[in-house]
Amino acid sequence: MPDFDVVSLPDHDAPAVGDTAPDFTRPLVNAEFWEDASLSDLTDDGPVLLVFHTMAGAFPATYVWNELRDRGVPEDVQTVGVSISSPYEHKSFLEARGVDARLFSDPAAGVAADYDLEHDLDGMAGVTEHRPAVFLLDEDRTVQYRWVADEWPDFPDYEGIADALDDL
Amino acid sequence: MSDEQPAITLYRLQACPFCERVVRTLDEQGLAYQSRFVEPMHSDRNVVKRVSGKRSVPAIVDDNTGVTMSESANIVEYLEHTYGEGA
Repeated sequence: MPDFDVVSLPDHDAPAVGDTAPDFTRPLVNAEFWEDASLSDLTDDGPVLLVFHTMAGAFPATYVWNELRDRGVPEDVQTVGVSISSPYEHKSFLEARGVDARLFSDPAAGVAADYDLEHDLDGMAGVTEHRPAVFLLDEDRTVQYRWVADEWPDFPDYEGIADALDDL
Repeated sequence: MSDEQPAITLYRLQACPFCERVVRTLDEQGLAYQSRFVEPMHSDRNVVKRVSGKRSVPAIVDDNTGVTMSESANIVEYLEHTYGEGA
């Protein structure tokens, strides 16, 4: 018996393969500045890997982006993150992790609500963030691949993402 | 939004009064603009230096006219002269 707890997360109704992912507009942070951008702006340019993750500073955000970086995912597909971190924190995070990607800032977790991926943090009263999840979207924002955390913590299926990218 | 990306890009700093002055003028002239926020540290503003030659904000890039400009007083004068009544 492990002497630690992996918490099961509740059922969700996040967009499934074949569904159209909800569009949203939030500040999109790159290495140099941020500006309002819509998800549809990005998909207009090609497929997008949309990664919901914990706030900057929590180890899952670090692990996920280190892994995506080391696997060269941002070079293969437009890869964007979403978390409740402020644009300032996102910018520091990109620099600290050496990640060449862009991150949406969604401090009030409204996008998490739209995707049914709200995660109320135990012990941090009033703080709701994004349940870890990954969506591969085509140019029409149709979901081609989806992974959603069933446990807390839980990490993306990187092989599954790679296969989905190969199938694009 | 890329469908109708505004011609004017404003490089700004959150809560910067000089930037707000430019915003007020843009609003008065009914001009659409895209805000790009940079950080307070001058050393973190390479993008502004690259487009305008200086690290100071506000700075605007106006694709309507090809003008890039810094300093709020200059920008306000430019906007009023270019887009204001009698322009």
